[in-house]
Amino acid sequence: MTITIASGKGGTGKTTVSSNLSFYLASKGKNIVLADLDVEEPNSSLFIKGDEVNKEIAYTMKPIWEQENCKLCGKCAEVCNFNAILALPKGILTFPELCHSCYACSELCPTDSLPMKPHRIGEITEYKSEFAFVEGRLDLGQEMAVPLIKQTMEYVNKKYPSALKLWDAPPGTSCPVIEASKDSDFVVLITEPTPFGLNDLTLAVETMKVLNKKFGVIINRYGVGDNKVEEYCFKENIPIITKIQNDKEVARLYSNGELIYPKIEHFKNSLDEIVEFFEGLK
Amino acid sequence: MKEIVVISGKGGTGKTSISASFAYLEAKNAVIADCDVDAANMHLLLDADFSHQEDFYSGEVAVIDSEKCTNCGDCFDVCRFDAITKKENYHEVNPIDCEGCWYCSRVCKHDAISMKTQKAGDLYISNIKNGGVMVHAKLGFAAENSGKLVAEVKKKARSRANNENKSYVITDGSPGIGCPVISSLSGANLVVFVTEATISGLHDLKRVYKLVKTFKTPSVCIINKYDLNLAMAKKIEEFLAKENIEVIAKLSYDETFPKAMSQAKTIIEYDEHSDIAQNLKSAWQKIKNLVNKEKK
Repeated sequence: MTITIASGKGGTGKTTVSSNLSFYLASKGKNIVLADLDVEEPNSSLFIKGDEVNKEIAYTMKPIWEQENCKLCGKCAEVCNFNAILALPKGILTFPELCHSCYACSELCPTDSLPMKPHRIGEITEYKSEFAFVEGRLDLGQEMAVPLIKQTMEYVNKKYPSALKLWDAPPGTSCPVIEASKDSDFVVLITEPTPFGLNDLTLAVETMKVLNKKFGVIINRYGVGDNKVEEYCFKENIPIITKIQNDKEVARLYSNGELIYPKIEHFKNSLDEIVEFFEGLK
Repeated sequence: MKEIVVISGKGGTGKTSISASFAYLEAKNAVIADCDVDAANMHLLLDADFSHQEDFYSGEVAVIDSEKCTNCGDCFDVCRFDAITKKENYHEVNPIDCEGCWYCSRVCKHDAISMKTQKAGDLYISNIKNGGVMVHAKLGFAAENSGKLVAEVKKKARSRANNENKSYVITDGSPGIGCPVISSLSGANLVVFVTEATISGLHDLKRVYKLVKTFKTPSVCIINKYDLNLAMAKKIEEFLAKENIEVIAKLSYDETFPKAMSQAKTIIEYDEHSDIAQNLKSAWQKIKNLVNKEKK
């Protein structure tokens, strides 16, 4: 089973919940793998101090111009729909940051002058803690997170086919979070009971509906704002998996990168509610 | 006209509440741009009226005409995005996976594949509180190309500011380090980092700062929730001092942010005399001094 932990709004507690939940499930003997798919700003490793067991460089394939046989016909630039190729009178220029790796230029080139070659986008690192933890980390200056998210998930799926997989997703509602959700069995949306939390939750819910996903909500920092998130969930018939009490001590432990559930009883109770909910999904 | 971009790397640090406070303070002399198009929120604090709307088109998706399709599979063979599936008598495109590269449509021998332009979202120009103007957007559900929508929001905000002789564009930037934030940063005169005194706040600040450094844009920093973890706040200040980034405000951890938000108010309106409001006022003054000094 694969579960994505997502949220529309950032900073609502995705990483806090997914890292604590992973330790908790591992302590109960569950075969679990956590993957940090927030590849632009991966944070889980700050909370999971495991030993590095494997590191792979992640690549995407980009065209590289080879002058030798090129007749400068301009077909490559013509077929590129992303303006990533410029055909000049004396040569071909490629712009890897605009390239979507569709291969059209390379494969439609009559002289095979644009072979696709690996282009580094980031790293996939596996750590061994009480459970296996895999992090995708995008190189600075790389614009496209989706290929790395995809490869990180493939890494986990291949190596741990039978484990319970938790995806710590990027925030938002666009391409990266869609990639991290579309093949999951269930999506957990973490929000907070404020107008921003509600606004972004409704956007995330619409996205999950388009993707035809089953999903439920965790309300974090419960008690801090108003009741509108709860009212919305009741009205829309969205299950509320648990409500995590607003507690400055939770924020303080988090600020140091410490685990929360061993020290805070109400947080542990919330984890129990999440585990129980997951059991019911099977 | 000076462009100030507020970014944070990490979500939930108070970036939008702080940007909205600046917007409120400078409303008459600025155009506000909400570039967090993935999960736009600023309109909730600034009472935006959505008075002007336009459609934003970006990207295309392939559509296969099942009548013309002979099920030869050429499209399937060339698609690198697993967007094409074989049905019994024809092939079909899943629009969510399609990148709009045109490859399938170019290789189809039966002229069965056409490319359809997609509406990717809505763009708005709104009148806001205090007599200001804001450009904002809503990305379509499950739509892509948020970087392009960010660029469009910025373009609209700049031209509006130029036309109306406003002195500032105040931009609420996007999270992360990828395409939307790179798009948010282009052309900025000053970057304001908003971070928080947590281990993730420091980590994400360092990472997004490295990105900003490549743009060579001057930057300052606001540390939110600094008293949540004084040791961490100190580490953040040490990092900033080393990089020569001025801390223009340190805000204490309290519940003014969610409380003001729940009343659809900026921090300044919620309690003008609170320490946080005073700090933000003086931070905004420092920002203005910096950008106006910078050009000479």
